[in-house]
Amino acid sequence: MLEQRAASFTRRSIKTQSKADGLRLALSMVDLTTLEGADSPEKVRSLCRKAIRPYEGDLDRPVPSVAAVCVYPNLVPVAKEVLDGTGVHVASVATGFPSGQYPLSVRLRDAAQAVEAGADEIDMVINRGAFLAGRDEEVSDEIKEVRSAVHPAHLKIILETGELGNYDAIRRASDMAIEAAASVGPIRDGEVFIKTSTGKIAPAATMPAVLVMLEAIRDHYFATGVRIGMKPAGGIKKAKAALHQLVMVKETLGDDWLNPKLFRFGASSLTNDLLRQLVRMERKRYMAAHDFSEA
Amino acid sequence: MPQRVDVAKTWKLFIGGQFVRSESGQSFPIEHRRHGTTLNLCRGSRKDLRDAVEAAHSASEKWASASGYLRGQIIYRMAEMLESRRSEMSEALAAVGTSTPKKRLDEVDAAIDRLVGFAGWADKIEQILGGQNPVPGPYYNITVPEPSGVVGVLPPDRPALLASISMLAAPLCAGNTIVMLAPEGHPLPVALLAEIIATSDVPDGVINIMTGKREELMWHLADHREVDAVSAANLDDETLTELRQRAAESLKRVHHDSVTAAGWSKHESRCSPWNIEPFVEMKTMWHPSAC
Repeated sequence: MLEQRAASFTRRSIKTQSKADGLRLALSMVDLTTLEGADSPEKVRSLCRKAIRPYEGDLDRPVPSVAAVCVYPNLVPVAKEVLDGTGVHVASVATGFPSGQYPLSVRLRDAAQAVEAGADEIDMVINRGAFLAGRDEEVSDEIKEVRSAVHPAHLKIILETGELGNYDAIRRASDMAIEAAASVGPIRDGEVFIKTSTGKIAPAATMPAVLVMLEAIRDHYFATGVRIGMKPAGGIKKAKAALHQLVMVKETLGDDWLNPKLFRFGASSLTNDLLRQLVRMERKRYMAAHDFSEA
Repeated sequence: MPQRVDVAKTWKLFIGGQFVRSESGQSFPIEHRRHGTTLNLCRGSRKDLRDAVEAAHSASEKWASASGYLRGQIIYRMAEMLESRRSEMSEALAAVGTSTPKKRLDEVDAAIDRLVGFAGWADKIEQILGGQNPVPGPYYNITVPEPSGVVGVLPPDRPALLASISMLAAPLCAGNTIVMLAPEGHPLPVALLAEIIATSDVPDGVINIMTGKREELMWHLADHREVDAVSAANLDDETLTELRQRAAESLKRVHHDSVTAAGWSKHESRCSPWNIEPFVEMKTMWHPSAC
């Protein structure tokens, strides 16, 4: 049922003006990400410049900036320097990303340091080892501590759905993450996200996994009126896949979530495919990969 | 006795190593000139073309960096496979109206020989077109040809097989990847050629073959910025001018030949390094010499 429902969102026909609007919206929701051992300051600077102005050419309707740049804690100061005052947020992965297999004190220090360095959004990983061993309370307590430690920075809680085993576990983890974050204090729009994956393992942001998480967010909203954000990450490379996700968000959560404040894409190569489609629509010809700067 | 119904297939597009139906779901009929029966071929759309160019572009790096020797072996394998399907190909030529059995087999044999010829050039073209240039001063100055990239191929209606093979193999042997629009009037031999290529060790995406309406496809090919060159033959002046103008937008090379039907059989002039040269870019390097 879940998989059929998720697949049904890929069958909407989105053309012309709605396609152009959808592509622009998706672009404004991208967390432009680089999480490699080889990330250098200059690579991050160039990514930040791309985040501010994704396309160098001129289009009749200007292309929006992306939502945020997502880097490792060490590179936060570099990103902050370029992005300060531009409206593009600085996000940092933390808490022993990607495995989370470090002592809690180290993970908390990691997150706090990223905030001190200037990150205004923290992407934390949950302790999957503890979750899979059934120690839910431990996972929940850790999320609470991380939220307190990073406040007032926004928090995105990575479940790593590909490691959880089944959809029931994804739902259980989503509910638990939302409850834990909510128990620390009131949540304004965009202050807490749940996020599918680190992007380091496959499968990542599959449509059914994202749908389970969206339903958890919906049920929490119906129960409390609080809007939790959603960030699928990993494996969304094509503009078409991004549009499918937007359709699913609209039909599960409604228009409120069609907003970079409450919905993000964790991606890197997606940006250029969105641009490629946008420019094609305006120029009426297919563009080459080399027409766009590296992201 | 119940009468048997012929099982006639719809000829599909060949994109990225797969035989696919058109994204549009459309097909078009041609008449089998000898049997009077109707054959259906997929009518490729703009989006199929986009997929074909994407496939050709992804395959480009690996094919370009394969050794000339390996490319030659693979093209030779195409010749072997065509040889083993001589009679089937001859039948396909009959379907598009090539008159006598002898003419048909002659064309198939010439096409096989053409493939063998270009297979031979694959590991020699670099020596023929490149070389060490004489320069004053203590430098080596070396020029090497590199493949242009993705080449769109627009063969004429006649001779459907021989012209298509000649125009396909020339850029192919130099390391280009191919998007070929089958001759609109006589597409069947080229549709069959796709099945031969599919069983010839040609890596997926290196050759992509589409059937359909030229008018619906060729301008998107000319405009597509990922296509690096176009090879066409026997176009009328007006079409050629528009092709050149649209290709110029993305600095595409356009190579056009006017060749008579008999001209395609002239092996020396149709299988020379100068048929390959339009689809390479010359790279020149300076290097200090010892003294």
